[in-house]
Amino acid sequence: MCTLEKRGNLFILTFTGEDQHRFNPNVIGSLLSLLSQVKAEATRGSALITQAQGKFFSNGFDLDWAQAAGSEQGAAERLHHMVDLFKPVIAALLSLPMPTVAAITGHAAAVGFVLALSHDYLIMRKDRGVLYMSEVDIALTIPDYFNALFREKIGDASVRRDFLLRGLKMKGDEAEKRGVVEAAYGGEAEVKQASVHLAENLGKRKWHGEVYAEIRKGLYPQLSAILGLTHKAYTIARL
Amino acid sequence: MCSLEKRGNLFILTLTGKNVVHRLNPEVLSSIISALSRAKAESTRGSALVTVSHGKFFCNGFDLDWVNATGSKQEAQQRFDYSLDCLTQLVQAFISLPMPTVAAVNGHAAAAGVVIPLCHDYVVMRRDRGVLYVNDLEMGLKIPELYMAFFRAKTSGWALRDLVLRGLKIKGEELLKMGIVDAVYDGEEGVTNAGMKMADNLARRKWDGEVYAEIRKGLYSEFCGMLGIASKAIGTPKL
Repeated sequence: MCTLEKRGNLFILTFTGEDQHRFNPNVIGSLLSLLSQVKAEATRGSALITQAQGKFFSNGFDLDWAQAAGSEQGAAERLHHMVDLFKPVIAALLSLPMPTVAAITGHAAAVGFVLALSHDYLIMRKDRGVLYMSEVDIALTIPDYFNALFREKIGDASVRRDFLLRGLKMKGDEAEKRGVVEAAYGGEAEVKQASVHLAENLGKRKWHGEVYAEIRKGLYPQLSAILGLTHKAYTIARL
Repeated sequence: MCSLEKRGNLFILTLTGKNVVHRLNPEVLSSIISALSRAKAESTRGSALVTVSHGKFFCNGFDLDWVNATGSKQEAQQRFDYSLDCLTQLVQAFISLPMPTVAAVNGHAAAAGVVIPLCHDYVVMRRDRGVLYVNDLEMGLKIPELYMAFFRAKTSGWALRDLVLRGLKIKGEELLKMGIVDAVYDGEEGVTNAGMKMADNLARRKWDGEVYAEIRKGLYSEFCGMLGIASKAIGTPKL
């Protein structure tokens, strides 16, 4: 499922195994508790990298689990439930008192893409993997906080339209060119290496974690409001 | 402090610093506000304002010597807060100015000093010298809500993150790519002349100053909303 490793100042969250790393209530619960652990162990100089093993970063919610409800209504309820359960995950990432990097080593679709996009920096593969919002193709509407995330993270309206309304499967080099990701590299090893390098460099700045988180939340006011995140006035001046 | 000169249709606001570093204290901020009041009083259709500075710095933020020259930490905080209030008044004065505004940035703009060029309608900058540096994160200071709204009015997405959450000293070329400045030029003379030329071209449009200011305020709607600055409806088209 997911594991957490500490490597020097870096927290490395990994979705393990060769499966699609889909999210169901159990997996979401694990992820939330690992993020709590990261927050609890944070110090100045910490940084988080989220990565995955295999062909997928994450392919979204566990729709099989939703459909195992046995009825159309049951499936819709289960899906709705997972959408609600995932809000605290995004809230946790938005409030995390350290810089965060998503090492997108494979396909990131639907909530999998949303998870990646909730990080401060996105690094992706050029040779494999796509970013994809599948909702339009499978006749699902977009939850409000997904929308707010896209609106506030992706400045280019045509990119937002291409993802949400066009079901575009965007590869790494286009994602880099259109400013969706920070950078794209030629293979899994390079992506992981680049992510470590970036995270380490950000960690070296030794920013005050709570201040970092407060400024970050200020970048995404609509999303923060939807997630029920309040602001703290906090000044520790190094004048 | 500053000087205001009228040259044809152009108001030229020159920032001058007693110690060449252009640091803002309430006295300096008041003098700039007075200069803008004079420009407003003398404005006609076809007016425009260009703000210039000379030397290595455009504006380096608050006068921290003045802020800290008190007996207690509490008084220093009061002086800082007062400086911030004066800056906010200055931003309001720029935003309400009934004519197009251009900032010709010849040198570094840091901390609160970043706000000055950004509250102009157009920013031209030197390619070969000068950076914009929002250093709140480095100083362990949370950016006030009002100024997050200000920055959100100027840019969004990853560019916004890079401006305020990355502790970057950003050069002209990069700011151009980020869409934060409109053009870059070589040399102080180059950027100053380009700024004047741009202001001149805007002035030739002979826009109704009052309407121009109201439309401009709409671009800062969140910021103005927080300050309770109401917008006027001007509905009689002059065809």
